[in-house]
Amino acid sequence: MKIAEELPPLSSHEAVVEANRCLFCYDAPCAQACPTHIDIPRFIKKISTANLTGSARTIFDSNLLGATCARVCPVQELCEGACVLGAEHKPIAIGRLQRYAMDYAAAKAMLPFRPGPARGSRVAVIGAGPAGLSCAGELARRGHAVTVFEKRALGGGLSTYGIIALREPVEVALAEVRMIERLGVEVKTGVEVGREILTAGFDAIFVSTGLGATPLLGIPGEEWIADGLDYISRSKLHPDELEPGRNVLVIGAGNTAIDCATIAKRLGSERVTMVYRRTEKEMTAYEHEYSFVKNEGVGFEFLAQPVRVIVAAGEVTALECLRTELTPHPVPVPGSEFLLPADQIIKAVGQERPSLASVLGLSTERGLIAVDKNLETNIPGVFAGGDCIRIKGAASTVMAVQDGKLAAAAIHEKVTAHG
Amino acid sequence: MADLRIKFAGIESPNPFWLASAPPTNSGAQIHKAFEAGWGGAVWKTIGPPVLNVSNRYGAWHYGGQKMLAINNVELISDRPLEKNLREIRDLKRAWPDRAVIVSAMVESKPEAWHTIVRQIEDTGADGIELNYGCPHGMSERGMGSAVGQVPEYCEQITSWVKAVAKIPVIVKLTPNITNIVVPAQAALRAGADALSLINTINSIVAVDLDTLELVPSIGGKGGHGGYAGPAVKPIALNMLAALGSDSVVGSSGKPISGMGGISTWQDAAEFLLLGASSLQVCTAAMHYGYRIVEDMIDGLSNWMDSKGFASIYDIRGKSLQRVSEFQHFDLSFKAVARIDQERCIKCNLCYVACNDTAHQCIDLLDSGGKVVAPYAWAVTLNGKQEAISSRPQPVVREHDCVGCRLCYNVCPVEKCIEMVEVPSGRESVTWSEVVRDHCAVTEDWEAMKTYRDAHGIEIH
Ligand SMILES: Cc1cc2nc3c(=O)[nH]c(=O)nc-3n(C[C@H](O)[C@H](O)[C@H](O)COP(=O)(O)OP(=O)(O)OC[C@H]3O[C@@H](n4cnc5c(N)ncnc54)[C@H](O)[C@@H]3O)c2cc1C
Ligand SMILES: Cc1cc2nc3c(=O)[nH]c(=O)nc-3n(C[C@H](O)[C@H](O)[C@H](O)COP(=O)(O)O)c2cc1C
Ligand code: SF4
Ligand code: SF4
Ligand code: SF4
Repeated sequence: MKIAEELPPLSSHEAVVEANRCLFCYDAPCAQACPTHIDIPRFIKKISTANLTGSARTIFDSNLLGATCARVCPVQELCEGACVLGAEHKPIAIGRLQRYAMDYAAAKAMLPFRPGPARGSRVAVIGAGPAGLSCAGELARRGHAVTVFEKRALGGGLSTYGIIALREPVEVALAEVRMIERLGVEVKTGVEVGREILTAGFDAIFVSTGLGATPLLGIPGEEWIADGLDYISRSKLHPDELEPGRNVLVIGAGNTAIDCATIAKRLGSERVTMVYRRTEKEMTAYEHEYSFVKNEGVGFEFLAQPVRVIVAAGEVTALECLRTELTPHPVPVPGSEFLLPADQIIKAVGQERPSLASVLGLSTERGLIAVDKNLETNIPGVFAGGDCIRIKGAASTVMAVQDGKLAAAAIHEKVTAHG
Repeated sequence: MADLRIKFAGIESPNPFWLASAPPTNSGAQIHKAFEAGWGGAVWKTIGPPVLNVSNRYGAWHYGGQKMLAINNVELISDRPLEKNLREIRDLKRAWPDRAVIVSAMVESKPEAWHTIVRQIEDTGADGIELNYGCPHGMSERGMGSAVGQVPEYCEQITSWVKAVAKIPVIVKLTPNITNIVVPAQAALRAGADALSLINTINSIVAVDLDTLELVPSIGGKGGHGGYAGPAVKPIALNMLAALGSDSVVGSSGKPISGMGGISTWQDAAEFLLLGASSLQVCTAAMHYGYRIVEDMIDGLSNWMDSKGFASIYDIRGKSLQRVSEFQHFDLSFKAVARIDQERCIKCNLCYVACNDTAHQCIDLLDSGGKVVAPYAWAVTLNGKQEAISSRPQPVVREHDCVGCRLCYNVCPVEKCIEMVEVPSGRESVTWSEVVRDHCAVTEDWEAMKTYRDAHGIEIH
């Protein structure tokens, strides 16, 4: 079963009506709140005047992956959350208007800009996720030759493999990869840097490898638990191979866990329950995500720490848990074991730290790559951005895009200053 | 309950709301419906010589998602046979004795033609005649409509032909396509007109189609100027109405004026009454929403009158005319400054950009510590809702520098957020005409102006 995008595109009438509602604020707070600082009133005004080419260019000017961002950004926390109309009215539907302009650009196969004249410089980008693609495109704008190395079969990073289709269809992410390629960027997929050594001859390197797989819980029977990231990527790329359980447990309560629960529901699982060591209050998922999944009919088991998977006759039957108490750290209460019946268990408890850091000899902070304010690592000429450096704040696509953009500017400075 | 009845040049009507001569008054069946909806009167769609109409006859001006802020038309007078119109007018008046039934007419500029039509109209039992001197397209090419209204001598002559035979009240409908509306109005009154009405439609080209490069509307590839009406023309109509009321000849003639041009709500209606109209005509608003709009016009006007303690239409008619003056009589020492209510302000910065780009650069953005900050001063590395909202500066007017131009007040999207506050200027009241009288050099010599300003403490920023 293929899961369709949840929100329909705006009709041109809806878009113009909504665009006209925008006040066209000066030094608008929505643009400040957007991590890539898209000139939002400007692109919206252009929708109201039917100048969709100009509208799309305005978005691309600040954000090459505007099509993905329009769909996946937590707008309530960003642009729309800051809209001056939010307090007393409904904020402008900035995300959906952005999608409207980006859909137009995609339909016209628009290029955001003409690549700059070649400077003879070469830059390697490791990882074709949002950070890498944004950096690559911005470098192409400035005339640098860019090669992107991507270990997976498809580019797009988590936009292709991780963000549920309800929010963004795979095709949108892949179209963005193609657009970046059409700017002259070479994307080599199936190449894992670290395993395969980077050929020398690059003037700079941008590391945008994101984070790794879901970490181990370290409990008996863990091999029976599905990896949430893998579960989502299959729901996007091979939906027919997924067999939805009837009674599904999702371990974790972050945004990924919520996504897994949503997908399980949409795929037809009868009961979906999220299992979390803490309470509602400590959940890291966005408020709007939490209420969305509650509306989808997902249940919650708070203050529960999984300790063992119960398997009978080659099938999962339950998850054994201990009650926890918050001290404020969750501490299991001895002897409080209880069983949560289940025929499918999915874990979504974060992602592992980037392993490439140690291979390349990059210094880290709390396991993430340490960078200076120009996003340069301890090794001169090696820059990094995206989830692999996100020490503070919630990792999101748009932050990765901004990192890629800022890194490209810094790389350009550095490379042209030397040359 | 306020009494909305009017007696307009002898014509009685249960309320001042009449449908203007136009498509809403094209036939008896339509006006029956309109009267059922509550309209106090109707001016029948102009009758006269045979005509043929075209398709795509209406264009419109839409703005910011709002449909039909104005309509533009190249419609001619009634294209229905004269006999049929006359018969239906007779039936209508018989069925609705308490409503005002007025017939608009326009014929060739010959006395016999006018005499004939006047008699035909009187035979129907109609309450009055409106002379259409306004149609700005088509009919004017045939020497009628605005071709008459634009030449005061013709206006006077034709009115006198009509008045020579008419036994029922004659209303002269003026065209706004003229430099000074008072001149044709005086001409009509000289010829004995019993009342005036204004405005007819304004010459206009509504748009050019950017795909086909044709005019909008395109009549088989061609277009031309058409008559403009609807909400957008209201300020022009109000100005012309006030000009008549303020003119000593027209104003003191005692002849009533039927006001129209953009009336869409009871508020619009009240403004026309306050500037001297005693009957009101409506066309575009009815074409946009149907006859039902009269219900709130009556209800709203009546409630407003009750709340203000006005008992009848005649208590308000022309009540604001005494406020109409000229620049030379305005008080140069009157001073108002803009003040922003920070509680209401949503920090859209529209006032800031308006004042700084195009007015007098006297709104500052202040951070939470009260320090002036430049726009776009935030760090590109910071983002998010909390950051954007909490760091957003507050626009504040430097009242000392504010000239009180009122631009910010007009652009602010929030109701009652910016107020123009009257402040003492510390100067004695003085008007330009007094300045000219007492210091005539200031009108020609900047040095003299400087001396005058210095002596009176007038600073220019
Ligand atoms: C399930 C899920 C849902 C999410 N939903 C949202 C959402 O709705 N909105 C939102 O804003 N954010 C969301 N995020 C977060 C968002 O996807 C990430 O913040 C964003 O993708 C980070 O981009 P990136 O380029 O840094 O890393 P990634 O997207 O992870 O891309 C990194 C790329 O590098 C490749 N790579 C790694 N190592 C190597 C190597 N050694 N050699 C070559 N290639 C390598 C990887 O294969 C991958 O393609 C979600 C994340 C997850 C996990
Ligand atoms: C489509 C259309 C046709 C009109 N036809 C006539 C007409 O035949 N005779 C006339 O005196 N005025 C005619 N008018 C002018 C109206 O009576 C009225 O003066 C004008 O529309 C201003 O009022 P409004 O703003 O309420 O529409 C016409 C106006 C429109 C829009
Ligand atoms: S804050 Fe809202 S109203 Fe203002 S420009 Fe942004 S989207 Fe438009
Ligand atoms: S009234 Fe005019 S000068 Fe004064 S603050 Fe407003 S815009 Fe500026
Ligand atoms: S225009 Fe009005 S709401 Fe907007 S910043 Fe100025 S005072 Fe505040």
